[in-house]
Amino acid sequence: MADPVVRSRLRAVDLFAEATAGVVQRPGRSALTVLGTVLGIGAFVAILGLTSTAGGQIDRRFTTLSATEVTVTDVGVPASPDDTASSFPANAAERVRALNGVVNAGVWWPVPVRQPRITAAPPAAADSLAQTSGLSFHAADPGALEAMHPVVTSGRLFDDFHASRGEHVAVLGAAAAARLGVTRLDAAPAVFVEGLSYTVIGVFDDIQRHPELLLSVIVPTSTALTDYGPPLDPRASMLIETRVGAADLIAKQAPLALRPDAPGRFKISAPADPRTLRGDIAGDLNVLFLLLAAISLVIGAVGIANTTLVAVLERSGEIGLRRSLGARRRHVAAQFLTESTALGTLGGLMGTSIGVAVVVSVALSHQWTAVLNPWTALPAPLVGSAVGLLAGLYPALRASWIEPVEALRR
Amino acid sequence: MISLRGIAVTYPGPPPVHALRSVDLDLDSGQHVAIVGPSGSGKSTLLNVLGLLDRPTAGVYQIDGTDVSRLPESDRTGIRGSRIGFVFQAFHLMPYRTAWENVAVAQLYRGVPARARRAAAAAALDLVGLSHRRDALPTTLSGGERQRVAIARALVNRPALMLCDEPTGNLDSANAAAVLDLLDGLRSEGLTIVVITHDAVVAARAQRTLAIHDGVLSEAVSHG
Repeated sequence: MADPVVRSRLRAVDLFAEATAGVVQRPGRSALTVLGTVLGIGAFVAILGLTSTAGGQIDRRFTTLSATEVTVTDVGVPASPDDTASSFPANAAERVRALNGVVNAGVWWPVPVRQPRITAAPPAAADSLAQTSGLSFHAADPGALEAMHPVVTSGRLFDDFHASRGEHVAVLGAAAAARLGVTRLDAAPAVFVEGLSYTVIGVFDDIQRHPELLLSVIVPTSTALTDYGPPLDPRASMLIETRVGAADLIAKQAPLALRPDAPGRFKISAPADPRTLRGDIAGDLNVLFLLLAAISLVIGAVGIANTTLVAVLERSGEIGLRRSLGARRRHVAAQFLTESTALGTLGGLMGTSIGVAVVVSVALSHQWTAVLNPWTALPAPLVGSAVGLLAGLYPALRASWIEPVEALRR
Repeated sequence: MISLRGIAVTYPGPPPVHALRSVDLDLDSGQHVAIVGPSGSGKSTLLNVLGLLDRPTAGVYQIDGTDVSRLPESDRTGIRGSRIGFVFQAFHLMPYRTAWENVAVAQLYRGVPARARRAAAAAALDLVGLSHRRDALPTTLSGGERQRVAIARALVNRPALMLCDEPTGNLDSANAAAVLDLLDGLRSEGLTIVVITHDAVVAARAQRTLAIHDGVLSEAVSHG
């Protein structure tokens, strides 16, 4: 009576344990073997992470401010530079504000006074008074001021009422107020520009657009026109704050709304489309560096294949022994395939960690928000596994070809 | 228990090499047989055939009544793992694995759970008198100790047949004597042992000595 034949089998947990032992028994060699994969995967994660982080910065800047800002600059008639008349009609702000999608709009310009003498006291008494150089003097429509989003700490901004009456009122940036010694508004202090007095009705200590105005004294445009005449050099420009997504449309409509007869007298700066900008950056970075990452990944695969092949030849005695102990060809192949896959996974994990660390530290050093797409970071170790698996195919096949008789003859 | 009838192995040429020519052999349980012969006489081929590492080109090889020479390779591999133990001249221990791991690997391909493998390995090391070196790496063991680990590995599956290829070839005489004593003890417990050797001292330990010449096996001197 013959015994029933017991076929060899290898439990998955044992296969895994044997492969792990193979990786761990030569730690130095394993570390060198995975180096290429670590670099490749690390480069992939770092590049994709840095690209999305930089892209995130562009996004953020665009959605908050620039994407809703259109600037209309008066360029006059280039053919006749002597024509210095303002291209903006008197009711420019009103015309633009009528467009659908405009939130605030207004004309503003630096008042054409060369190095204005700005003091906090009448000029007769002011000669010996506070140092006031470095302050600038601007005229602005109430709408332009609103569009700049100043944070008013005391008092208020001037409005259409002040503007229509040409009132001698002024709003100060916080830095200008500090230099002029204006601390409280309840006594209705005044500033003097070239001898003319303006009542300070508000001070702002932060402003989202044109932060240089923190050093400025700002008066209504009508007042400036009466006192100093039209803007000359630089000429006036108009600041339009639009609703999100309306900037491109407003940029096209504004010149026609302002001067249907001569829309060419204006130069428009609208925000660049953030998508194209991001595409440019992604294009520049990605193509070159991803190519490098792919190359190092291939080198990594070759490294694993090479080491695994050497290990197979070196351990042919062990393979013969295992075959004599009942291992089938597929068991031997599976062991070496699992070993190379484990190496690849290890390299993938290490590379991903390093890549993430690089992205986070670069973001920190630039005070950016690190942006990592989980779909690039999470599968990265699996890419390492795939590299290891592919690299192990040929060595595993070679290992399974080894005849125990040959291997044991040493 | 083990029977070979008309076993021949011919390696295709040109010219064809007749490594074994019609070998007949019967081995009973508990026999200790030595096979002697010069290099190239077919000793190793016979051992490979007995160990299911090589397939005979003709003849019938039965283990416990099963003709294993015609079985598919996967079945032969299973029988090799479960019924046959090997002891090699070069020991063939895995250098980075401890003594008990080297023994336990023999049960790896039989699906024995790790805990049971460890216990069986400990028992086998006990049997060869190495329980104190259980966690030693082969590189820290003496030659005799290494061969005893290898014998423990061959024993752990309780095989029907143990094949030893020059088991003392790499050992000094003191260590060789210890290993041979160990084999004697195993034989008295009912294990069939086949030893291939050049060494007259080793051959003299066997109950039965067979000589092989040009692939032809013949009974030599009987030691009783």
